[in-house]
Amino acid sequence: MASAAVAAPAKAATRTRTGIPSWVWALPPVAVLGTVFLYPLGLVVQQSFRPDTGGTSARAYADVFASTAFREALGTTVWLALGSTVGCLVLGFVLAVVIAFVPFPGGKAVAKFIDVFLSFPSFLITLALLFVYGTVGMANGLWTGATGAAEGPFQFLTTPWGVLLAEITYFTPFVMRPLLAAFSGIDTGQLEVASSLGARPARIVRQIVLPEALPALAAGGSLVLVLCLNEFGIVLFTGAKGVTTLPMLVYGKAILESDYPGACVVAVVNISISVGFYGLYRVVSRRVGA
Amino acid sequence: MSSGLRFDRVSVAYGGTTVLDSLDLTVEPGEVMALLGPSGSGKTTALRAVAGFVRPAAGRVFIGDRDVTGLPPHRRGIGMVVQQYALFPHMRVEDNVAFGLKAQKAPKDEIRGRVAEALEMTGMAAYARRHPRELSGGQQQRVAIARALAIRPGVLLLDEPLSALDARLRSGMLSELARLHRELPHVSILYVTHDQVEALTLADRIAVMDKARLQDVGTPRELYRAPRTEFTASFVGNANLLPVTVGSGGVDFSGTELKVPTRDAARGTTATLCVRPHLVGLGAGPNALTGSVIEVQWRGATHRLYIEVAGHRVMADLRELRQPPALGDEITVHFGPEDAVLLSAGVTPERSAPVAVRETVGAADQGSRDG
Repeated sequence: MASAAVAAPAKAATRTRTGIPSWVWALPPVAVLGTVFLYPLGLVVQQSFRPDTGGTSARAYADVFASTAFREALGTTVWLALGSTVGCLVLGFVLAVVIAFVPFPGGKAVAKFIDVFLSFPSFLITLALLFVYGTVGMANGLWTGATGAAEGPFQFLTTPWGVLLAEITYFTPFVMRPLLAAFSGIDTGQLEVASSLGARPARIVRQIVLPEALPALAAGGSLVLVLCLNEFGIVLFTGAKGVTTLPMLVYGKAILESDYPGACVVAVVNISISVGFYGLYRVVSRRVGA
Repeated sequence: MSSGLRFDRVSVAYGGTTVLDSLDLTVEPGEVMALLGPSGSGKTTALRAVAGFVRPAAGRVFIGDRDVTGLPPHRRGIGMVVQQYALFPHMRVEDNVAFGLKAQKAPKDEIRGRVAEALEMTGMAAYARRHPRELSGGQQQRVAIARALAIRPGVLLLDEPLSALDARLRSGMLSELARLHRELPHVSILYVTHDQVEALTLADRIAVMDKARLQDVGTPRELYRAPRTEFTASFVGNANLLPVTVGSGGVDFSGTELKVPTRDAARGTTATLCVRPHLVGLGAGPNALTGSVIEVQWRGATHRLYIEVAGHRVMADLRELRQPPALGDEITVHFGPEDAVLLSAGVTPERSAPVAVRETVGAADQGSRDG
């Protein structure tokens, strides 16, 4: 969009060979974007200012902001998203370093698998975790089978920690993909020279690999952050009743309570947080020159 | 720390392919040893075995008296400079140079001085605060050299360090390297190159490599004046390689008697006579050869003539001629008996057949373009 907007004035003046001003070509994408994305978005915002009682007011905002459920959901959403992002960055960086720089048999296959993993639906991972750690899952089954206890020790899956585990498991490849691409661009000569100068592997990772991977880390991290803020499937599928995030709240208000204005308010807040975090990322990344 | 370097029957294999075949070579403390050879000759593999990036399948590598064969690269204490500089792009020049000192936990107050010293030595002191991307190729290579020297290594490995520079910069850097070596007389240098000029200029001794094997070792003068093999003759400098039959007190070249020293070559055996093109003179004289001119190349300071003599091409590099001969002219050239070397007879029978055309493939200025 940006490049089209920049290029348009210059070309419009000269006109194209067919005589059609070039800004005309920008119309179809704008039209599509408007009808399928911006218009519904506008409707959501509009609806949030239209209480069921009629008229236009910010009543719904006051009500929602005043409710404890909303404030808790807001807090849960943000800390889960931040926690998952940090977890994904750390785990993704370590795994990517191993895959990219430690030669081991099957390393290429693992890198390929990362691509496949990205195409999995998020609930699949959650289901897998349920099978392993769920109330009647394998881990608890082994425990009850071995000890004869009525319940296994693994009951964390329906807590926020379960959601965190599922999100980290599912989103880590989203960090690894750009990292592996960045690592493949690092000159192995640099790593070799660094080690011949006396640097151990840990120092090389910290001082050579990490700085060069920062842009990729930022890109992967911001992507995961936004995805986590809006994640719905994982939270729903872990069956975590105690864990209400903003998307869950929207679902609850709209479908279960038929409180459309309230749902729209939460949606607007959710969108603002996503956009806000993304904007923050852009500002910060421009500062550091990434 | 003066140390030297020794390869003791070092072999390296990738998969089933032997890329370095039992190399025996000693680099004395303070010596510059050039590993000269075409690509795929094993010279870079030898360097990487010293640095610790390849594990030999057999043999030992010694730095000084220390067997480093099993040591990881970071414990070998080696300075290394590679073709593509490999500077750390996000670090300033001074941090690049300080990297090795910090990695080796040098005292903090010492680092600054040694970085300054290394940058001073390579003439890059004014650029300490720059980033690598703000420097030209030649400047980046100087920083890479400063970075390698800052840790005061006993052994310096240079892997085609000038190949990425253009010709003019290259000759400048060549004299820079020679100066650095004079200033650091205790550092042993292993210099990998495919460029004969670099090897001849810089090296105390040259090890000629081909097909994963060491072919020849000697001082540049020995290898140039009295090569032992055809490969050395054609790779270290240009050479006319003429198939001859050894006679008494001379050789027979397609029916022409040539008076050259035959040393202990047995009479009647076939051999190869090596004559450097610039030692061939125009006109009659001892060991005269007559033939027709098939190509004339003007090279500024010299003319190179290709003359067909009895079905073989003979190259002559002559000081620029006022009136060069025309194609097809019959001319006579000659060379002094002391300027010809008889290469050991019958060593490489497969090479004697295409000898006469070899110079068109590679020998003409091969150093600068062979990759």
